[in-house]
Amino acid sequence: MTQAVRIEGLRLEAVASGHDIVDEVELTIAPGEVLGLVGESGSGKTTVGLAVLGHTRRGVRVASGRVFIGDTDMLALPERELREARGKLVSYVPQDPSTALNPAMRIGRQVVEVLEFHDFGGSDEARRARTAEVMHEVLLPSTPDFLRRYPHQLSGGQQQRVGLAMAFANRPKVIVLDEPTTGLDVSTQAHVLATVRNLTASHGVAALYVTHDLAVVANLAHRIAVMYAGRVVELGPTAGVFDDPGHPYARYLMAAAPDLGGEREMVGLPGRAPSPGKRPVGCAFALRCELATEECHVAFPPPIEMRPGRMVRCVRPGAVPDRTKAPPVVASSSTVSEKPVLSLRDVTVSYAEKQVVHDINFDLSPGECLVLVGESGSGKTTLSRSIGGLHHEWVGTISLDGKALAHSSRDRSVDERLRVQYIFQNPYSSLNPRRPIGASVARPLMIAGVDEKEADRRVGEMLERVSLTAAHARRYPDQLSGGERQRAAIARGLAADPEVLVCDEVTSALDVLVQASIVELLAALRRDLGLSMLFVTHNLPLVRSMADRIAVMMEGRICEFGPAHDIIERPQQEYTRRLIADTPKITVNGHKDHPDA
Amino acid sequence: MGNIGVWKFIGRRLLLGLATLLVVSIVVFAATQLLPSDPARAILGRDATEQSVNALREELGLDRPAVEQYWDWLTRLVSGDPGESFNARLPIMDYIGDRVLNSLFLLVLASVISIPLSLLIGAYSARKRDTAFDHVSSNVMLALASLPEFVIGMFLVVLFSTIVWQVLPAVTVIASGEGPWNHLDQMILPTAVLVLGAVPYIARTARASIIEVNESDYVEMARLKGAPEEVVLWRHAVPNALGPVFQVIALNVAYFAGGVIVVEFLFNYPGIGGALAASVRVRDIPVIQFLVMVLAALYVTVNLAADLATVLVTPRLRTRLK
Ligand code: SF4
Repeated sequence: MTQAVRIEGLRLEAVASGHDIVDEVELTIAPGEVLGLVGESGSGKTTVGLAVLGHTRRGVRVASGRVFIGDTDMLALPERELREARGKLVSYVPQDPSTALNPAMRIGRQVVEVLEFHDFGGSDEARRARTAEVMHEVLLPSTPDFLRRYPHQLSGGQQQRVGLAMAFANRPKVIVLDEPTTGLDVSTQAHVLATVRNLTASHGVAALYVTHDLAVVANLAHRIAVMYAGRVVELGPTAGVFDDPGHPYARYLMAAAPDLGGEREMVGLPGRAPSPGKRPVGCAFALRCELATEECHVAFPPPIEMRPGRMVRCVRPGAVPDRTKAPPVVASSSTVSEKPVLSLRDVTVSYAEKQVVHDINFDLSPGECLVLVGESGSGKTTLSRSIGGLHHEWVGTISLDGKALAHSSRDRSVDERLRVQYIFQNPYSSLNPRRPIGASVARPLMIAGVDEKEADRRVGEMLERVSLTAAHARRYPDQLSGGERQRAAIARGLAADPEVLVCDEVTSALDVLVQASIVELLAALRRDLGLSMLFVTHNLPLVRSMADRIAVMMEGRICEFGPAHDIIERPQQEYTRRLIADTPKITVNGHKDHPDA
Repeated sequence: MGNIGVWKFIGRRLLLGLATLLVVSIVVFAATQLLPSDPARAILGRDATEQSVNALREELGLDRPAVEQYWDWLTRLVSGDPGESFNARLPIMDYIGDRVLNSLFLLVLASVISIPLSLLIGAYSARKRDTAFDHVSSNVMLALASLPEFVIGMFLVVLFSTIVWQVLPAVTVIASGEGPWNHLDQMILPTAVLVLGAVPYIARTARASIIEVNESDYVEMARLKGAPEEVVLWRHAVPNALGPVFQVIALNVAYFAGGVIVVEFLFNYPGIGGALAASVRVRDIPVIQFLVMVLAALYVTVNLAADLATVLVTPRLRTRLK
């Protein structure tokens, strides 16, 4: 079969420095095939995706290589022909439709426009008809009233469907999807993914699906390419790569990925991929790879065909790093003790005088991890902020060790404030950007009246506890990576020697490996310090390996509550069932969707 | 615009504008009452007898209670009669009508030149971002923005009218009754000072706004859809860049109202600036009040226009109006 896309020896570099952003990329995609391009932020996956449309962002240039769509080399086209190819031969679905749709244009115009640019059908009549048709294909209404809406009048899912409609309008041969479901809730994501799958299959469109989310591509892509530090390090059929990753990095990725379908601990890997200009000679993963040998530092390993159709760029393909041999999750044995550390009775929370959380009752036992899971708008964050004393508009009783807490943290005693620590999604909320980390971590100690010398010692201890070093105390937040910052924020929470840690989406801004290492850290803290934890997240798979009990929130109520294992295996409520069904899973029985499995 | 919401918005903003003017009128009136000397005495001079001063106070209505004076002034102002100048003993419009017109002409001229000019400079520097042109123009703008008008004015006078070249008149000589449009050569320097004062602000905002829009996802998306560059610019970039630019233009037109006073003084231009200064000197209260109200009205109108324009080009704001 002739390939729809053929990328050969692609190298993109920074204009200013000449550093490689992406190098030695070789990929093909057959018509009707979905290739999943997986990588963490900064791996160069989006850069590759855009290069397929002959586009580079500001400050990036093509150094060498070719990108063929059929017989057309997108990188060699003159301006005018390039324009003609974009949106017609190959189209793009952006990551965030809320910013990629023009806020000042009606959505109907934005779809018709892409047909006009390429003179689709030769007449306005034909273009109107095609617009209606493509809206239908992406399951959107095509009534004049709907087409006249502006982007902000649509839901996130509808906006992304408009993005798909624009992309499919001219019946392209190739489509590049750049994390198109980020920010959508799982049911919307499931629908969008189903649409993508159907359209690519029924029209024989080749798709490059760029994502950091393994679970999404596990169910969508025929083949997977894994990128690390600007290189494709592994390429192969989805089932093969997932079941038996050949590259150590790919193994780590799989081990770190939260999975609702799998019963195993998440394994993290601290550190980060080297950025352009800081990449070493040889294998860029060598800095973090426990299998690294002398040889790995000499040159970037050439591609090795591990099995037919399986390409791996590692000197030890198929070798398994010890750390990735994850133990299975032990079914949680936590018993509900009679004496809860934190308990909520008839808690009702309002936001701007509107009730958003209703009648919440639960107890948190000492040493327990209770996960509050819900989609955006479910009220989970508002509730947890109320517990932390950051939101004051609530009635009912929240008590700590049997003693009712005041509404606002300002009215709580120092001791109470220290015993309940709130960790934010954004570490900057608790780390002052203008003060060194050490000063921020010491804050709770100062509040508690600890003297400076003792505080210094404790800060060092806490930083080490979260796998940072005492040296980090002198650095400023912006000198740290995202994961390190979150660790520092956790250290700050720990410094107060709390009983309850309220973690609000603490990993959602982090890459998979770092996320897993934070989850590991929290688990260790719980085990070693006996902390009770209220973990708030929208990410159901993340919960699996850490929750003792789960409270599922929907529209401000807890709709299902119970031991984690029971809820995931035998959900009782329709809502929970749907949530679980819509969540993509990595471990699906035999990957039966895949032609090559 | 068939959108009822927009009309309601205009109505609300108009009411708000009128309320602002009402407050200004109270403040202005109160302030003129507090002026340290007696207008009647100021008019008649130091040597006038107590009796004649009192007589004049009575004639001017200054002996009445303040509230009554205010009400009388306000109702007449609303009905279109700003009253009589104490000093000239003429209806205000006859007395300084010309000057209002002259200033307005200066202001319009400065706006008509500075707005397109700064948009061009802004757009061009955005396009040539980080090139030599951009750096030079940024620095020149920064320097200009940090200089007060009278310094710019003096500099221009030195350069074009006196020491270096003598090509332009250093002062304006426009007889009353003669429109300034008959003396365009005399308009060049005053206008230039205002333009040089305003261009840096508008151009910088325009540049920033265009750069932001240019880096936006939807402009990238438009290119990836295969849109020709003109379409990217005019359909996708410009409409989204307008909002902030309107706001800064309004700010600058309002600033002109103040700048005009300095410039008029500098070039002896027969406008409201001179009139205002003269009136304050002789305690010509009706004229002061009238001129301040004119400036306030200008300010309110310009801001209203900018807000309206912003709303019209921003669907997100427009559709929120119910
Ligand atoms: S090449 Fe060496 S360092 Fe790189 S992944 Fe393989 S074993 Fe690890």
